[in-house]
Amino acid sequence: MSIRDRLSGNEAVAYAMKQINPDVVAAFPITPSTEVPQYFSNYVADGKVDTEFVPVESEHSAMSACIGAEASGGRAMTATSANGLALMWELLYIASGSRLPIVMACVNRALSGPINIHNDHSDSMGARDSGWIQLYSENNQEAYDNMIMAHRIGEHPDVLLPVMVCQDGFITSHAIENIELIEDDDVKRFIGEYKPKDYLLNKSNPVSMGPLDHFTHYFEHKRQQAEAMRNAKEVILQVSEEFYKLTGRRYGLFEEYKTNDAEVCIVVLNSTAGTAKYVVDKMRQNGKKVGLIKPRVYRPFPVYEISKALAEFKAVAVMDKADSFNGAGGPLFTDVTSAMVSSETLGPKFINYIYGLGGRDVKADDIEVIYNELIKIANTGKVDSVYNYIGVRE
Amino acid sequence: MNTVDCKCNKNSVKIEEKEKFYSPEVGWRDITPGGTISEAGNAEKFFTGDWRSMKPIWKKDKCRQCLMCYFACPDTSILIDNEGKRMDFDYKHCKGCGICAKVCPFKAIDFVDEI
Repeated sequence: MSIRDRLSGNEAVAYAMKQINPDVVAAFPITPSTEVPQYFSNYVADGKVDTEFVPVESEHSAMSACIGAEASGGRAMTATSANGLALMWELLYIASGSRLPIVMACVNRALSGPINIHNDHSDSMGARDSGWIQLYSENNQEAYDNMIMAHRIGEHPDVLLPVMVCQDGFITSHAIENIELIEDDDVKRFIGEYKPKDYLLNKSNPVSMGPLDHFTHYFEHKRQQAEAMRNAKEVILQVSEEFYKLTGRRYGLFEEYKTNDAEVCIVVLNSTAGTAKYVVDKMRQNGKKVGLIKPRVYRPFPVYEISKALAEFKAVAVMDKADSFNGAGGPLFTDVTSAMVSSETLGPKFINYIYGLGGRDVKADDIEVIYNELIKIANTGKVDSVYNYIGVRE
Repeated sequence: MNTVDCKCNKNSVKIEEKEKFYSPEVGWRDITPGGTISEAGNAEKFFTGDWRSMKPIWKKDKCRQCLMCYFACPDTSILIDNEGKRMDFDYKHCKGCGICAKVCPFKAIDFVDEI
């Protein structure tokens, strides 16, 4: 039996962590993820978990402590946002390069400067090539569900990579919504015991981890790491299928919303997909053939699957809540369009919209403007501008 | 990687088995994830002596066997015989830091350019 409750996104993630009962949580507070370790430390104080909670002095130390704990043979978790994630930078690569399946709740927030505490994706998008698996969550339920699945994905012997579960700061992290929670025992069974092959506290088989790795071997390690990321796609689908059997909630690499007969489509991550679904429903009442694709798994990027899903549309807009400052388009846009080219799928016209930076509200009307632009492109076959902004004052 | 007999490991068969996972020929499918080395004391197999630009020279006649150099050496490159006396430098591993020459109270270690 599932438990019906009302929780904010942060509460949901902290509750998942309570049920996971990891060996170590090391975290440093930063808005808007602060509540995650705050709620979790209550569980520690109340004796609800067996976790060693390490209130470190910085995010650099938080990730360092997680690396040490995971290398020692324990399950380690943390939570952060924005500049906190940025301060973890070198350790993100050490965690993934050392193949340590740490799980992090990333509550998306704009990176400084200028300083801003509100939601966009500039933090996790910057870490998109750090070797972490990245799962994105539309609402509190998805953040909770992704968190429950994260260890199973990361710890799989074909993967052994850290996992970042992202959700939108304030928009979902602080908004209270209905949620279905899984019973403690079911979570425990689903997660299982962590049994790493090699770990530092294994006295019967002592190992060294994180050694100097010269040009003679580093390349082979990176090649193997890249393969692990490729393997992750299949493992994510397997774990999601198992999760579906447990909960009835089905997750894939991305969600396709009313795309069957759609002529135009928006691709967008996290909570904005919720707003876009509302617009899709509204426009469909007026006979507009519009659809939505919401990537859940951003790393590994589902190149083949997403290009296949987008192949039949006449026009597609990719919405990015982070700019890449590369003169070419946002990160999701460049990934989606490169997926189309590398899988030789060159049908649809593509445009990009940067939106919602620093927490700028994105309204249903904004999304309707984008769909109308797509319909215009579909009808004329002509693209006026590829790289665009919506919601910014001219 | 260079290979030498490793005195610190007793179970040589097992070590050989493990060695293939980080041999110079190992491919990316077989290499240990994250560079984990499943063998203790393996630093001995990595010859750091070729990093050296300066070289310590042991002058046996001046040496009083006080072993200050032995304790100061950060690379265990001064070897001790069965009677507890220092032998010549282990030039395969000595990086040429010169600490031994600095601490020697009897000027029994010269520190010269590596040629």
